[in-house]
Amino acid sequence: MNDTGVGALLTLAWTFGLMSLLAIGGAAAAIPEIHRVVVELRHWMTDLQFADAFAIAQLSPGPNVLIVTLIGYQVAGIAGALVATLAMCVPTATLAYFVNRLLARSSHSRWPSVIQAALVPLSIGLMSASGLILALTADRSLAAAMITAMTALLASTTRLNPLWLLLAGGCLGFAGVL
Amino acid sequence: MALDSPPAAVPAAAPPAAAAPQLLELFVAFAKMSLAGFGGVLVWARRSIVEQHRWMTADEFNETFALCHFLPGPNVVNLSVVFGSRFRGIPGAIAAFVGLLGPPVVIVTILAALYARYGEFDALRRALAGVSCVAVGLLFAVIFKMLMPLVRKRDPIALVLLAGVFVAVGLLRQPMPVVLAVAIPVSIGLAFARRRAA
Repeated sequence: MNDTGVGALLTLAWTFGLMSLLAIGGAAAAIPEIHRVVVELRHWMTDLQFADAFAIAQLSPGPNVLIVTLIGYQVAGIAGALVATLAMCVPTATLAYFVNRLLARSSHSRWPSVIQAALVPLSIGLMSASGLILALTADRSLAAAMITAMTALLASTTRLNPLWLLLAGGCLGFAGVL
Repeated sequence: MALDSPPAAVPAAAPPAAAAPQLLELFVAFAKMSLAGFGGVLVWARRSIVEQHRWMTADEFNETFALCHFLPGPNVVNLSVVFGSRFRGIPGAIAAFVGLLGPPVVIVTILAALYARYGEFDALRRALAGVSCVAVGLLFAVIFKMLMPLVRKRDPIALVLLAGVFVAVGLLRQPMPVVLAVAIPVSIGLAFARRRAA
């Protein structure tokens, strides 16, 4: 924890409030920007801590957006965790509420489907960038890269609960395979 | 996904017959699906809302999710608010939102505190390194699943846009606001132009 002052909380609030609007297609799409700001610009976390935060967020129940809760805690303790989470979730949730009301009132228009189709490739491009940035940190040995590749293969071809894969990875790491 | 607008206003669809959920029911249902959701809550949201409680039909759920997916921000969080508000207005939206985020935020905060204290322990470091590799692999699987339909459609414009965003953000590490300020208008403009030409 670097700072528990009100200044740190305000910085967290506007950083993640802005970030939430960039999360096209979900939280994973915002990872590159979160990484750039948190690790490179503000030095709130090291690269390794960031990869750990991503891993802990995946390992925990709940939506994956909770990586920002871990970052908030690192910056400003429990208050930071709360502020970061709310800043990341409330603005877009409010937007969703109003757009939903607007669409419910108007007759069904077709522009949302066109815009949605236009955003999908951008969203996948951003998620691929997330994958690259995280892989560069997490996969620093051949064994680590192979575990990542095996997981990708297993998760796309089987219906295994991701939790088992994460725990298996933890055991392999604990056993010193990496 | 059907491109033509679905017949949303047709009231003939019989189920869901279930009564609209109360505030507490909303809170509990969203808390449960959130706590069940390791590596993603959407599957459990669908199971709970459509199959278990029958608060929506599968089509209604897909339509609601499409809206939440097209808006920025965490999809499932958006879904909780839209879903809760459809049944119980703003209090319903808040009940679903707090149910979805409250319990996992408590858990993650506890994990964050443990990590801050014991993060340097060698055994924990090794285990987390293993979990990280798997977590990245899971992300790749999600990307792969989303990518395949585009590859199958052989949509060159979509693939070029995808690659452009990946290079700008992933390789060149450009700020996302700048990249998106260019990419979003270009992509939407192209989509409308093609729709008109078709």
